[in-house]
Amino acid sequence: MKSASVDPTPTVGVATDVAPLGRDDAKPAHEHTATEDVDLVDWDRVAAMSEFQSLLTAKAKFIAPATIFFVVYYFALPILVGYAPRLMETKVLGEVNLAYLFALSQFFMAWLLAALYLRAAGRFDTMAKRLLTHIPRRAR
Amino acid sequence: MSTALIMFLVFIVVTLGITYWSARQSSGANSFFAAGRRITAWQNGVAVAGDYMSAASFLGIAGIIAFQGYDGFMYSVGWLVAYLTVLLIVAEPLRNAGKYTMADVLAYRLSPRPVRAMAALSTLTVSTFYMIAQMVGAGALVALLLKDSGITYQTAVIGVGLLMITYVVFGGMLATTWVQIVKAILLMSGTVLLSLLVLARFDFSLVKFFDAIAHVTYLENGVQVTKDFFQPGLRFKPPYGPLDLISLSMALIFGTAGLPHILVRFYTVPDAKTARISVVWAMVLIGAFYIMTTFLGFGAATLVGRDTILANGGTNMSAPLLAQALGGDIFFAFVAAIAFATILAVVAGLTISASTSFAHDFYTNVIHHGKERNPGEEVRVARITAFVVGAVAITIAILLGPTANVAFLVALAFAVAASANLPVIVLSLFWKRFNTTGAVTGLATGLVASIFLIVISPSLMGTEALFPLENPGIVSIPLGFLGAVLGTLVRREPAAEEKFAELLVRANTGLGAEKATEH
Repeated sequence: MKSASVDPTPTVGVATDVAPLGRDDAKPAHEHTATEDVDLVDWDRVAAMSEFQSLLTAKAKFIAPATIFFVVYYFALPILVGYAPRLMETKVLGEVNLAYLFALSQFFMAWLLAALYLRAAGRFDTMAKRLLTHIPRRAR
Repeated sequence: MSTALIMFLVFIVVTLGITYWSARQSSGANSFFAAGRRITAWQNGVAVAGDYMSAASFLGIAGIIAFQGYDGFMYSVGWLVAYLTVLLIVAEPLRNAGKYTMADVLAYRLSPRPVRAMAALSTLTVSTFYMIAQMVGAGALVALLLKDSGITYQTAVIGVGLLMITYVVFGGMLATTWVQIVKAILLMSGTVLLSLLVLARFDFSLVKFFDAIAHVTYLENGVQVTKDFFQPGLRFKPPYGPLDLISLSMALIFGTAGLPHILVRFYTVPDAKTARISVVWAMVLIGAFYIMTTFLGFGAATLVGRDTILANGGTNMSAPLLAQALGGDIFFAFVAAIAFATILAVVAGLTISASTSFAHDFYTNVIHHGKERNPGEEVRVARITAFVVGAVAITIAILLGPTANVAFLVALAFAVAASANLPVIVLSLFWKRFNTTGAVTGLATGLVASIFLIVISPSLMGTEALFPLENPGIVSIPLGFLGAVLGTLVRREPAAEEKFAELLVRANTGLGAEKATEH
């Protein structure tokens, strides 16, 4: 309990931290809603930051070769099955032929690539988090 | 066949319970369209798998493998590898930059009204194609299973339609997600059980099983023949077979990343990291399931045989008939109930993505310039759309009747998605110069080209077909890209180019992404 002798009523005209209600005045930063806050981000300057550029490069260095690899590996299957059927019918393990083993290997290729991407993406997350601590904001 | 009926009813009661529960959770647009973005990674992974492993996977692939051996397994391979496209290219940027639908990402830097109108049209088209396949599966299944209890194909289709409308209208995305999860767990356990029973028939010896696969005997035009079912080319025969296989493969791996009902799933999780992990969860489940189609399909080929399947409902009934051969009528009923649950859940997922797209993209953003006139209007429109979509699906399914293989029908939906949706999603994320004209022409070219080629394909025109391939992907996907690129080059749109930096930052860092709502 505070002592009753202190009058909580603010003095008229004194400066407070409450934003003025004027129509044309900009809101102070702490009163922005999430959406308004985002609009303050200077997207072009963030995009030009060296940290952002190196994040993009790091991502491209993984995603581009990974995509090319899986597309080539995947389409090798229908192309070989369609145009080299004699080769793909070669029995490898008892009755099991090359075509089936190649098809089965696609599953493990997909899982392996997904696991590798998860690991790499952890690195991208760290880079993005570090970048987000000091993004340039527009002045209003 | 009352066991089957009882199992159907148990699933229906459980899922209606889920719907009741989620209807009592907090309401609002975020909750209805995106389950409040509170779904966790494993839950969403299981739900993605549930959305994906439709009647096409369980009934369709098993049927093609049972009839044409190895070539059917190509569907299984493509449908898993497709998730690499989703994981590496689409899932995270979409979650970071969008709100409820695929069009959100497109509308980000393009002129929203034409883009959203086209995207809504393409979403409705893909969903309808997909839904027709599911309904055909449901009809065939119920016609076979419940013929003794007096339930006809029509009644069954109407029943499925009404249930799915109930899930979506009352439960929204939360109920739909949980129905998917329950169904995915049922489907996985049923498939594991079936696979083990198939192996048990061969004394748990893969060598014996593979030996049987290499010598499958059936009647062809009244003559008994023995074929090696590991041999490719039983379905995709020369001269156009190899090309058709490549076309199908393209549609499968590029189509998944353009499927509206899969893409909306990434909005139900709190952030891009969760979206990514949920894709990997889904890949583990989906991959395991598709490897097991070896046992379902080849098991049906060796233990049931083409002749018996043909006499009892056709290709789509291979997996349920395999269950009957292995575990008697009770197991038959159990597997049929799983297939039924599968269809119901997928149809609900399709309905919610179609109605979300209509309400959010078309109604609110195109007709009303992005403003809700009354609170809750968008959700109300989505509920009404679910009714309409349901009614249309019921009507088309009844008109079509149980005919073509469902995996084949679904592959056509994939071709449309790959030709119309994927090019514009990829270009808007990666090409600065891309603009509104490009998005509209890309969506339109992909949509028109794929549907036109399906109409003049052998599956609709028979031997008189003007286009020799059953799947249009190999022509329509490049056309979709070409349409988008040429449309873009017609004019410049500085506003779209200026906003590219913003999209790039948002998509790659998650800055300003839609947050999960509090309870």
